[in-house]
Amino acid sequence: MEKRIVTFRNVSFRYRESLPWVLNNVSFSINADEWVAIIGHNGSGKSTIAKLMNGLLTPQEGEILVNGTPVTPETIWEIRKNIGMVFQNPDNQFVGTTVQDDVAFGLENRGFPRKEMVKRIKQTLLQVGMEAYTLHEPHRLSGGQKQRVAIAGVLAIAPQVIILDEATAMLDPRGRLEIMETMHHVKEQHNVSFIMITHDLKEVVRADRVIVMSEGKVVEIAPPRDIFAKKEKLQQSGLDIPFVAKLVDELTKLGTKLSKEPLNHDELLEELWTLYLKR
Amino acid sequence: MDIIFEKVSYVYQKNTPFEHQAIQNLSFHIPSGAFVAIVGHTGSGKSTVIQHLNGLLRPTKGEVRIGEYILSSDQKIKELKQLREKVGVVFQYPEHQLFEETVVKDIAFGPQNFGVSQNEIEARTKSAFEAVGLSEELRERSPFDLSGGQMRRVAIAGILAIQPEVLVLDEPTAGLDPKGHREIMSMFKRLHRENELTTILVTHSMEDALEYADHVIILDHGTKYMEGKPEEVLIQKDKLQAVQLDVPEIIQFLFRVENIFGVKIPYQGQSIVDLASELNRLIRGDGSSE
Amino acid sequence: MNNAFIVGQYVPGESMIHRLDPRSKMVIIFLFVIVVFLANSVWSYGLLTIFTVLTTLSTRIPLSYIAKGLTPVWLLIVFTFILQLVVTKEGAVLFQIISYPIYSGGVAQGAAISLRFFLLILVTSLLTLTTTPLEITDAIESLLHPLKRIKFPVHELALMMSISLRFIPTLMQETEKISKAQASRGVDFKSGPIKNRIQAIIPLLVPLFVSAFKRAEELAMAMEARGYQGGDGRTKLRELRIEGIDYLAISVFFLIVIGLFLTRV
Ligand SMILES: Nc1ncnc2c1ncn2[C@@H]1O[C@H](COP(=O)(O)OP(=O)(O)OP(=O)(O)O)[C@@H](O)[C@H]1O
Ligand SMILES: Nc1ncnc2c1ncn2[C@@H]1O[C@H](COP(=O)(O)OP(=O)(O)OP(=O)(O)O)[C@@H](O)[C@H]1O
Ligand SMILES: [Mg+2]
Ligand SMILES: [Mg+2]
Repeated sequence: MEKRIVTFRNVSFRYRESLPWVLNNVSFSINADEWVAIIGHNGSGKSTIAKLMNGLLTPQEGEILVNGTPVTPETIWEIRKNIGMVFQNPDNQFVGTTVQDDVAFGLENRGFPRKEMVKRIKQTLLQVGMEAYTLHEPHRLSGGQKQRVAIAGVLAIAPQVIILDEATAMLDPRGRLEIMETMHHVKEQHNVSFIMITHDLKEVVRADRVIVMSEGKVVEIAPPRDIFAKKEKLQQSGLDIPFVAKLVDELTKLGTKLSKEPLNHDELLEELWTLYLKR
Repeated sequence: MDIIFEKVSYVYQKNTPFEHQAIQNLSFHIPSGAFVAIVGHTGSGKSTVIQHLNGLLRPTKGEVRIGEYILSSDQKIKELKQLREKVGVVFQYPEHQLFEETVVKDIAFGPQNFGVSQNEIEARTKSAFEAVGLSEELRERSPFDLSGGQMRRVAIAGILAIQPEVLVLDEPTAGLDPKGHREIMSMFKRLHRENELTTILVTHSMEDALEYADHVIILDHGTKYMEGKPEEVLIQKDKLQAVQLDVPEIIQFLFRVENIFGVKIPYQGQSIVDLASELNRLIRGDGSSE
Repeated sequence: MNNAFIVGQYVPGESMIHRLDPRSKMVIIFLFVIVVFLANSVWSYGLLTIFTVLTTLSTRIPLSYIAKGLTPVWLLIVFTFILQLVVTKEGAVLFQIISYPIYSGGVAQGAAISLRFFLLILVTSLLTLTTTPLEITDAIESLLHPLKRIKFPVHELALMMSISLRFIPTLMQETEKISKAQASRGVDFKSGPIKNRIQAIIPLLVPLFVSAFKRAEELAMAMEARGYQGGDGRTKLRELRIEGIDYLAISVFFLIVIGLFLTRV
């Protein structure tokens, strides 16, 4: 069996007793080295899940395990060494006064010796393509550049799990693509699990599995291929399906027989090409 | 109201060591009643451009003409308030501007400032409520108790209630889920069509630019990089990729089809349904495309 | 951002003053503030002025920029001067303005005090112009380190300062953004009766507070997520180091102080 890195067991959560439940009996697990996307309408509880995962919030019911250890006030500092998180608003997570200081922040907190810090800062800034900005202040960076610095800050501590909570929402198309490529690159080189919270379906199709949230409940956990085959169910939850899935849907209606559910341009074109040759 | 930019440059913090040229020698013409998308990489100057449209910024060089109002470096216009009543700007994350105790009060704030009569304000808030699809029961709620998507709608309604002739939108759907995104964009399209509202949309989504606009302006480092009909501009893959942008997904797909099948299906604004039948014909080897 | 906001904001540079250890800069300025009050002769004032002018020039920051930053201060200096003219009744009467006699003592006194004031302001603003906020907080943390023994929260204080400094430009931008958004909804911050202008503050302040709180909350969360749990066990990337130029600067300053004692009367 594959190693489970994060497990949610019947987790329920609300922000205050007077408020309604935000998460309702949520269970799932994430394997080591896996890429998981979490999607869901606004307010469905995605960010809350992320915050529960590294103990920023504590559930009223249920249990959360990271690496087999339950997340409790006593274990959170150990757990946070293994989980890195990038939030949506690049401004509100930039702690340092310069790029280099910001990347250092997580390392300083964990007591890394200076020599090691300098090495890792250099290395990770190179990885995210920000080595030319080491001494820049945050207000002289664009949103995308700040996000890259935030990612470098997470990579520097070499966590086992990286959570990106709508980290590409404010970027231009290339900026998004570049961050995705960076993440792929990192994943090839290290053993990490990615948890990616997003509204962008193009980012979702690349995941190994997708968790669909709706009104505080998990409504589906499956590989993207299976998820996007269930068009109605997704649309009920305020979501959409990607371009390719829509096109496949229309082609099927016209009587075109596609063998498996294609997810990206390549897969769809390959199937169409085969049909074309057999015409 | 026609909007004309004539060799406009803008420099932030001029004459300090932090001086920064945000737009440079920019000229374009937006005719009354158009739906224009402004696209560009982060920091390309989009937000700077739109702040000229209602006189929040004055050009450092050049001239901006909005109907009969003229903005230039040496001349301050007196009728700034009139201009702001005619050009409504929805900023990025407009929910950050909410402050009143109730939703209705916040929506009425703009019209009140422009001296609209109480009766008229009531009529306007009502129609603004409908336009953005907010349910009536939210009227007396505090805007801070709403969800992000609802707050966004309240903020947009606050601008619609001013009843501007030009509507300027700075990434109005950032952070919304796909359903909210679709609803808000179709609302803008409807307003544009029904009220002949000149609409200027700043967006990072090439798909939206293709779907909603009838004219696109592409910015790069504060200068105009390309301009024209979306179906002509947004197919120039290499040129777009050189400035941190990309072609919309449907066009990407059509390029791949051409590559593999050696047959060009031109983009003519077809819907996914149309495209499916074209593809269907293509793989069966019949139809005009062979 | 409005120009008035950038007064005294750090200007990146490579000058010798920029490169000094922030602690030496702070110690020198602290001592300068004291010794300025020792000057009492033309020569001693001259010496301090030359020191200040040379230091200012060696930062290689455009003088026009520094002068602009000092604009509000000029008013204060002129006011101080006039005040001294009017209240001091020593020495010979030089001339009369309307019915006020102006004494030579008043002119001397006024000039001395204004100059002192000017030098103080200029030298302290050189600190913020040539030192990043972070260096300043690092220096404070290091200089106050001995207080840790009496349980004074030195690290927390320094961190709080550096975060406030980090967020000042952000909050300025935020203020500007909100006031632009409200201006687009017809708020007039600049003209009209005073009563309306005061009312116009509310649509600015409420969103600003809401956003500041939200930012603070998100920032605290981000810091915690990144493993921050106070100063214990924390290492530091930045190391302050006293080097050759620091010894040089301090020696030069001590020569000035000795010169000052010699030129005093
Ligand atoms: N600090 C808080 N206090 C009270 N309620 C909160 C708080 N944060 C979130 N909520 C509520 O909890 C619910 C889930 O919020 P959450 O932020 O997890 O949603 P989300 O899925 O991340 O949404 P989005 O796509 O908008 O980011 C929402 O109804 C929200 O209003
Ligand atoms: N108030 C300001 N002071 C100084 N520089 C500024 C200010 N506002 C913007 N800039 C700079 O001007 C340039 C253009 O900024 P602008 O906000 O117009 O870009 P944008 O295209 O809207 O970017 P985004 O897609 O990130 O919103 C950027 O380099 C930015 O850093
Ligand atoms: Mg969220
Ligand atoms: Mg912008």
